[in-house]
Amino acid sequence: MIVCLKQVPMATELPWDPKTGTLSRDRAEGMMNPACKHALEAALMIRHQHGGHITAITMGPPMTEEILREALAMGADRCLMLSDKAMSGADTFVTSYTLARAIEIFCSDFDLVLCGCHTTDSETAQVGPQLAEELHIPGIANVEHLEMNSDAIRIRRISDSFLEVLEVDPPCLLTVSCQHFVPRYVPLAGLQDAFSGANILAVSAEDLGIDPRRIGLQGSPTRIVDIYTPRADKENIVLKGAPKKIVEELFERFETKLGGIIRKDLNKEG
Amino acid sequence: MAEKTPEIWVFGDYRNYFQNRVTLQLLSRAHDLAGKTGAIVCAVVFGQGVQEWVGEYIAHGANRVYVVEDASLAYYSTDLYVAVMESLARQCSPEIILVGATSFGREFAPRVAKRLGTGLTADCVGLDINTEGLLVQTAPAFGGNLLSRIITPRTRPQMATVRPGTFQEIPHNYQAEGETVRVPLPQNLPKDRVRLISSERKPAGSQKLEDSPVVVCGGRGMGSKSRFRNLNELARLLGGEVGATRPVVYSRWAEEDSMVGQADKHIRPKVLFSFGVSGAIQHTAGIIDAGFVIAVNKNPNAAMMKMADVAIVADANQVCLALIKELKKRLRS
Ligand SMILES: Cc1cc2nc3c(=O)[nH]c(=O)nc-3n(C[C@H](O)[C@H](O)[C@H](O)COP(=O)(O)OP(=O)(O)OC[C@H]3O[C@@H](n4cnc5c(N)ncnc54)[C@H](O)[C@@H]3O)c2cc1C
Ligand SMILES: Nc1ncnc2c1ncn2[C@@H]1O[C@H](COP(=O)(O)O)[C@@H](O)[C@H]1O
Repeated sequence: MIVCLKQVPMATELPWDPKTGTLSRDRAEGMMNPACKHALEAALMIRHQHGGHITAITMGPPMTEEILREALAMGADRCLMLSDKAMSGADTFVTSYTLARAIEIFCSDFDLVLCGCHTTDSETAQVGPQLAEELHIPGIANVEHLEMNSDAIRIRRISDSFLEVLEVDPPCLLTVSCQHFVPRYVPLAGLQDAFSGANILAVSAEDLGIDPRRIGLQGSPTRIVDIYTPRADKENIVLKGAPKKIVEELFERFETKLGGIIRKDLNKEG
Repeated sequence: MAEKTPEIWVFGDYRNYFQNRVTLQLLSRAHDLAGKTGAIVCAVVFGQGVQEWVGEYIAHGANRVYVVEDASLAYYSTDLYVAVMESLARQCSPEIILVGATSFGREFAPRVAKRLGTGLTADCVGLDINTEGLLVQTAPAFGGNLLSRIITPRTRPQMATVRPGTFQEIPHNYQAEGETVRVPLPQNLPKDRVRLISSERKPAGSQKLEDSPVVVCGGRGMGSKSRFRNLNELARLLGGEVGATRPVVYSRWAEEDSMVGQADKHIRPKVLFSFGVSGAIQHTAGIIDAGFVIAVNKNPNAAMMKMADVAIVADANQVCLALIKELKKRLRS
């Protein structure tokens, strides 16, 4: 089994730059993307029932190693760390390309690839399906429940307004929903082992034998033109005091904003 | 030979009412974009017995509809739909392909983009054409706290999935004329590698909350179940619906289907009242499209207060009760 993990900035403590109103990504604390953690939990549950071997893979800057240590502590058997300057700035097209080449070289005999359903930073939910495409295997997104039978995997998931039961043969790729496979706590003993062991293999673009022009920012078909904070246009008027006074002030000052929409409904009521 | 008229494609996602709505919304936006680039708007429909949709899409702005009809396409299969789309796109080379960001769309479009060797921007909340004639795709990141504008300069088609509710559909016009192009099922279609065992329509979840122009959202700061109930009264007076944060739903102060956030409902009311909500990113991901935001929190530094038009520093329940009183007074007069 292969689990793809990504490090994302800690959501609750985003360091905002007060001047520009943008996120200072370099100052952000990293954590394992929540959905990825659920994917790892799904792999651990499968291994518990059916045996097997779990390889965790991540592509990211060197500090991403932290989440691989965490993965080892949770119970992953081995990790691949794809880190190379040439890989930075990758969009989902080249991220999935790079991950696929690593899988083909280092763990081509896999039965199952597990990904998170989406990340909290880029939120594309595209890497999973595109990785399945690269590996020429079937893929199913937003898996909520899975059962391994002797030859096939049976899956339950909700897709749009349908509750679906699907069956697929390995090798295949599944992306795991955030609401199921609630991750276990990291045992302290595991944590110690994770930091002493040498189960992390560092891999560069050269190790993968891929043309640097095909990966990272250079290889990405999409380009970010700019990034901005949508909320900058908010007036953010602060009201304080006694609730009754506040409510009166609210209606006085924002009659035009609230009036149109609320009055209509008020009339309907009356 | 005259140069081919560029085409903007919209994937015809018709499986249920709301999926069809996003298709109509995209046809409308494609129509605006086509006005800027001199392209024509095409809908692409796969399935069996899809004539109804062909008519619907023409009535909502499609100049041309590509139809691939076959019994094997009756059910939405990622493998088959991707293969048919790839083949069709290779034949016609559209400039742009737009897909609704439904569960299916977000599973289908990434694979199509990969096959066609092109970029794809996820879950866009804005589309435009820049001075060079490129599609500018606005996509949220970090739960909508940031927006990025993205282009696909080198490869074609330019592809985007688009969040439902982003654009307004054009009212239907059954007099509109459009061309229907029937395309045979491509040869050597692969076998579907995923077997459908059963598919059941979920009991129709109400869309009331998503579509309501006024939403009253409550968080843990309401303090208790009985106080949370006051929000129901307020919402009733405002002609709106009640939303809730996750802890509130987990404590059973509110129904499960009122949960708003990243994993749940995206709402886009014209006016949003938010009571005792801290503004965690997983929650605010669901409210980025709200218009006028009024937040009540006793902590002036709560993230929710920062993203409000009006931030009221006070006890959530007291403000709720005062609002109820004031509205009742206005109702009587
Ligand atoms: C993977 C994941 C997914 C999640 N998905 C969602 C999701 O979809 N939707 C969601 O909502 N959450 C989600 N969460 C949870 C989310 O992170 C927050 O924990 C949650 O939104 C907080 O809810 P809250 O604001 O009601 O509570 P709190 O964070 O406890 O905030 C309560 C607020 O009320 C204020 N307050 C307290 N007393 C008063 C008073 N008397 N008067 C006025 N204000 C008062 C406090 O100052 C505080 O700001 C998710 C979390 C994870 C990890
Ligand atoms: N850089 C990466 N390294 C490893 N896995 C990744 C990376 N980016 C995305 N993934 C996987 O793809 C999933 C979806 O990510 P995204 O498409 O960014 O929303 C994640 O939950 C991971 O499992």
